[in-house]
Amino acid sequence: MLAVRGLEVRYHAAVAVDGIDLHVEEGEVVALIGPNGAGKTSTLLALLGLVTCRGEVRYRGEVLAGLEPEERVARGLVLVHERRHLFGSMTVEENLLLGAFARYKRGERGIWGELERVYARFPRLAERRHQLAATMSGGEQQMLAIGRALMARPRLLLLDEPSLGLAPLIVQEIFGILAGLKAEGTTILLVEQNARAALELADRGYVLEAGRIVLEGPAAALRDDPRVVEHYLGIPGEESR
Amino acid sequence: MDPLIFGFLLSDGLINGALYALVALALVLVFAVTRAILIPLGEWVLFAPLTQAMLLEGKLPGTVWLSAGLLLIWAGLDRRRGRTPLWLFLAALGVVGVGFLGRSVPALAFLAALLVVLPIGPASFRIFFEPLPGASVLVYLILAVGLHFVFQGLGLAFFGPEQFRLPALWPGEAALAGLPVPRQGILLILAAAVLMVLLYLFFRRSLYGKALRAAAVNRIGARLAGISVREAGRVAFLLATGIGALAGLLVAPLSNASYEMGFLLGLKGFVAAIVAGLVSYPLAVAGGVLVGVLESFSSFFASAYKEAIVFALLLPVLAWRSVSSRVLEEEE
Ligand SMILES: Nc1ncnc2c1ncn2[C@@H]1O[C@H](COP(=O)(O)OP(=O)(O)O)[C@@H](O)[C@H]1O
Ligand SMILES: [Mg+2]
Repeated sequence: MLAVRGLEVRYHAAVAVDGIDLHVEEGEVVALIGPNGAGKTSTLLALLGLVTCRGEVRYRGEVLAGLEPEERVARGLVLVHERRHLFGSMTVEENLLLGAFARYKRGERGIWGELERVYARFPRLAERRHQLAATMSGGEQQMLAIGRALMARPRLLLLDEPSLGLAPLIVQEIFGILAGLKAEGTTILLVEQNARAALELADRGYVLEAGRIVLEGPAAALRDDPRVVEHYLGIPGEESR
Repeated sequence: MDPLIFGFLLSDGLINGALYALVALALVLVFAVTRAILIPLGEWVLFAPLTQAMLLEGKLPGTVWLSAGLLLIWAGLDRRRGRTPLWLFLAALGVVGVGFLGRSVPALAFLAALLVVLPIGPASFRIFFEPLPGASVLVYLILAVGLHFVFQGLGLAFFGPEQFRLPALWPGEAALAGLPVPRQGILLILAAAVLMVLLYLFFRRSLYGKALRAAAVNRIGARLAGISVREAGRVAFLLATGIGALAGLLVAPLSNASYEMGFLLGLKGFVAAIVAGLVSYPLAVAGGVLVGVLESFSSFFASAYKEAIVFALLLPVLAWRSVSSRVLEEEE
C-alpha cells in the first residue's frame, strides 16, 4: 500500500527527517512513535506533499513525486493534521461535506450516505451538525477532523496525534473509534506520543528519534522492548528494574 | 436643493454605484481567495465593451488574439497535465471562432465580447500569479500594478485612444416618480442585484462555492480536504472577470468607453472594496453605492474635485478601519 525509501525532510539547513524507510500494508495499522521534535509530523506532511522532501514515496504502486496534496487526497491518501485545520467559520456539516470534495468533483455518488455513516460513528457531530466548527470543544473538533477525513473514503488514513491535548476520557473515546475503523479494515498510519495506546491498537510500529528510525517491529514486541518501556511507556515496568 | 436635480443625481449615483459595487465584489472575491489586489480588473472591464464596439464595426479586435494567446501559453505551461492542454487549445480555437462569429453577426457581438474577455482573467492567474504561490500581499500587488500597465498598453494598441459609443440593450428612458431614468441604467442595477443573489447562492449553497470559501479561509485545511487552492484561484479570477466584463458591457452604453477609463474605474471599485476591508461582500456593495452617490453629488457641487472627493473618502475609512478592523487572517 505504502512504501517509503530514504525519506528526507529539511527545513533550510535543519534536517527533520534523516532518510527513513517504512512501509504500510493493506489493512494494517502501523504506529509511528517518538518524542517531540523527532520528525513524525514532518514525515506525514511529506507523504501528503505539504512539505518538499527527498527520497521515494510509493503509494499503491505509484510514485507520488510531483503530485499536489489534493491529488493525493483524491487517490485516497488522507491526513488528519496535528492542528486539525478545520474551517472554523463553517458548520460541522459543511466541514464534513467539504471532506468529500474530491469525490464530489469526480461526480461520485453516495456522499450523503457517507455523511450518515460518519454521523452514526460520531453521534455528537450529528447533534451539532449546524454548529460552527470553531465553537466546539477540542475533543469534538478532533472527531470532526477525523470525520472530515473519512468523508474522503481514505484507503490509507494518516493520523497525526489524534489524542493531543485531550482529556483522558476523550482520548479513550477517540481510540475506541480508531479501533472500530481498524475492525472495518481501514489501513492507518498512526503518529502518537501516547505510545501505550498506539501500540495496543497497532499491528506494527516504528520508533523515530531525531529523524531516524531506531526501532521497528510488531507492536507486541515493541510493547515489551525494554528501551520502549523505559522511554515511551512512562513508569518503568517490573521486568526492567 | 431642487428635488428634480436631487433625483437626477441620486439615480445617476445609484447607476454608477451598481457598477462600482460589482467591481468591488469582484476585487473582494479575488482578494479573499488569492490575496491579490487585482488592479488590472479595470482594464478587463473596459476590454469587454471595446471588443463589442470593434466587432460591431466589423473589425476583429486584438483582445481575440490576446485571449487565445494567453490560453495557448497556459496550455504550454500545463502540457504535462493529461487532457488539460487539449481543452485549453480547443478553448483558444473557440475564442477565435467566437470572435469571427461576433464580427459577422451584430446581434451576437455582446455575448461574443463577454466570451472573448472571460479567459483573460484565469489565464493571467495561471501564467503570472500561480508560479508565485503563497507570495506576500505586497509581491502580488507589485505584480498586479505591473500587469495593469501591460494591459493598459495593450488596450491602447488594440483600440486606440478614441472613445466608442455602444448601443443600449434596452434603449430609451423610463419615468420613475416623474423622473426620466435611462432604461439601460435600470438594467445595470437589476443585473447587479441578480448577480449578487446568484453569488450569494453559489457561496452559501453549492459545495463548489463552499470549497472556494474554504480555500479563502484556510489553505492547508482546503488542501487536506482535497480542494486545489490553485484551481480556486483560477475560478476566483474567472468569476471576477465575468462579473467585471458584464458590468462593463452594461454600463458602456450609458457613457462612452475608451481604453484609459479602466484604471479609474478599478480604483473606485478598490475604494469601495477598502470600505469593506477587502473581506465583506455586503459592505463592498454598500461601498460601491456610497462611492457612486458621492461621486454623483460632488460632480454637481464641485465637479473639478469629484475624483479628489471620492478618493478623500479613503482617508476617514482607513482611519476608522485601522482602529476597528477585523483583519483577514487564516484560520487554524
Ligand atoms: N516549519 C518548520 N520550520 C523549521 N523547522 C521545523 C518546522 N517544522 C518542524 N521543524 C523542526 O523539525 C523537527 C521535527 O519536527 P516535527 O516533524 O514537527 O516533529 P514531531 O512531530 O515528531 O514532534 C523539529 O526539530 C522541529 O523544530
Ligand atoms: Mg508532531
